[in-house]
Amino acid sequence: MKSTSMIGKLISHREWLLGALIIMMLVGVGSAAPFFVGAANLAEVFDDTAILIMLACAQMLVILTRCIDLSVASNLAFTGMCVALFNVAFPETSAFVTLVMSIGIGLILGAFNGLLVWLVGIPSIVVTLGTMSVYRGFVFLLSDGEWVNAHEMTPQFLALPRATFLDLTVLSWIAIALTLVMFIFTRFTKTGLSIFAVGGNPKAAVYSGLDVGKHQFITFCISGAVAGMCGYLWVSRYAVAYVEVALAFELQVVAACVIGGISIAGGIGSIWGAVLGAIFLGLIKNALPVIGISPFWQLAISGLVIVLAVIINSRSEKRGGRRILREAHQ
Amino acid sequence: MTKEISRELPDSLNGDLRSKLMRWETLLMVFVAIAFFTNTQLSPYFLDPWSLSDATFNFTEKAIIALPMALLIIARDIDLSVASTIALASVTMGFANSMGAGPIELAMIGMAVGAVAGFVNGWIITKFDIPAIVVTIGTMSLYRGIAYIVLGDDVYRSYPDGFAFFGQGYVWGVVSFEFVLFLCLAVVFGVLLHKTTFGRRVYAIGNNPTAALFSGINVKRHRLFLFTLVGLFAGVAAVLLTSRIGSTRPSIAMGWELEVITMVVLGGVNIMGGSGSIVGVFIAVFLMGLVTFGMGLMNVPGIVMSIFTGLLLILVIGTPIIWRRILSARKLRSQKQG
Repeated sequence: MKSTSMIGKLISHREWLLGALIIMMLVGVGSAAPFFVGAANLAEVFDDTAILIMLACAQMLVILTRCIDLSVASNLAFTGMCVALFNVAFPETSAFVTLVMSIGIGLILGAFNGLLVWLVGIPSIVVTLGTMSVYRGFVFLLSDGEWVNAHEMTPQFLALPRATFLDLTVLSWIAIALTLVMFIFTRFTKTGLSIFAVGGNPKAAVYSGLDVGKHQFITFCISGAVAGMCGYLWVSRYAVAYVEVALAFELQVVAACVIGGISIAGGIGSIWGAVLGAIFLGLIKNALPVIGISPFWQLAISGLVIVLAVIINSRSEKRGGRRILREAHQ
Repeated sequence: MTKEISRELPDSLNGDLRSKLMRWETLLMVFVAIAFFTNTQLSPYFLDPWSLSDATFNFTEKAIIALPMALLIIARDIDLSVASTIALASVTMGFANSMGAGPIELAMIGMAVGAVAGFVNGWIITKFDIPAIVVTIGTMSLYRGIAYIVLGDDVYRSYPDGFAFFGQGYVWGVVSFEFVLFLCLAVVFGVLLHKTTFGRRVYAIGNNPTAALFSGINVKRHRLFLFTLVGLFAGVAAVLLTSRIGSTRPSIAMGWELEVITMVVLGGVNIMGGSGSIVGVFIAVFLMGLVTFGMGLMNVPGIVMSIFTGLLLILVIGTPIIWRRILSARKLRSQKQG
């Protein structure tokens, strides 16, 4: 069913609406504090949001398959601690090797989630609620509750995300690259399209020869690998690793997806939605102090935004989104 | 490969002795006995009545939320915002206290805030037909966020003397008010779920909401009621907790939602809805309490206990699924041979 009205079109193209909201916010904050919309500051805001963007993209894939990964923040903290301790023990290791290692560790943790969902068949919310506290506890066991501070890390370990290239940090470039890879993956590869199909209508997906569990497993692996990579980037960007790194960050990641119009019921969503949702949250976080609102408001505002976003999405979802396999109308 | 989670019918009528022995509740009792015995070995002071009474304090408040949460999960919903509701209710009580409210008024306010928070969850979920998990993730941030707005990094202290009774008072000897309240509520919820029409409807909704609707149950109103009920008892828990520790910070009860849900699931309630019993949850509450108390005796830090809680959650749900699969594979093989 096509909605013909202009407003209908706008709402069904959630990304446009969200993009317009973001520009309105920029204009609003910019009129109060012009330096905020300067190129240098915007690059800084983007750098601050880069990790959220990457995690939201990966989480989107998981949510598309009707699952959820609540363990990403704990995975990030664990991997971050692993590579930080590895760096202390073997200072000669190059940053590139560390990056690859963090992806590997994250992948293993993600694959563990995925296997429990795929082969054992435990609901993903239970699995990741469990591994969320298990992985967080492992950080404590690994570090004995100690901090790894900046002076213990080697310069090359710390330099990678901060190095700048064309006025943007390497961290920002990694986020941009990952977004593009994800876009190509979800739009043009067979596996990427299958992920939509599996979440949109699992039964039809089975009859068309797709293994639902296996695709869920793949998305958990991707989510884990991205979380692991972000673990290294986080620890080296903030130059500290401790047990509570990114505590409760998984909620922001899920929130970014929900705001970006990714349906928790699976099958509907796009990379741009996830990216814009993450940027939206990042802007709120960075703009609040600028316009003189206490950071204590941040939690409530993001909560309110999530609730409003799901209400708006629930209405537009009924008009249908991008679906590979449609459900029959009863 | 389809993976329809096969759902057992709730409350099968007459089983043989073997199936009764194999019941989840029996298994839990065995674990409780083991945990109890281990604790007596760990500390010679464990069997002291006061020590046993102290052991109940660290799980009673969570257990009081676990009871309505069991009903909610049986009805195929979930509420992740309970811990944040506690924070909101506690902060409101602190605020009311600074305006000069008395102990009874404070308790009423705490419970009312909880009920309203639960109602808001339920209203959004049923009105707009959105999955409970997303809405309660949102209100989880929202409710605790409001607590942070009100309190920032401040603390509410100096509650009136009479208010301390709820969380610290004893009804009879070493038996605390909290614990008696929990026992009474367990009976009430047991009767509500297992002996009333309402309870049967909760099972019906959890097993098949569409069929429940067609058989004349007002599904939305029942769900709304259950969310309000969970909120109300989160409010009760907020009263008890605030009274017990005598102060309010916005970070109060952080992470409790996980422990409450673990208790419910450990008690044999199917996370996909449709089955479970209050007896199971009741025993699971004691198991969790005994195990965490035992680890406390061994000076295990809280974060390491959370590894245990997480693994327990996964094992408890994973084991029966694997077990059932082995059984059905064996049955299939014997059918082929026969």
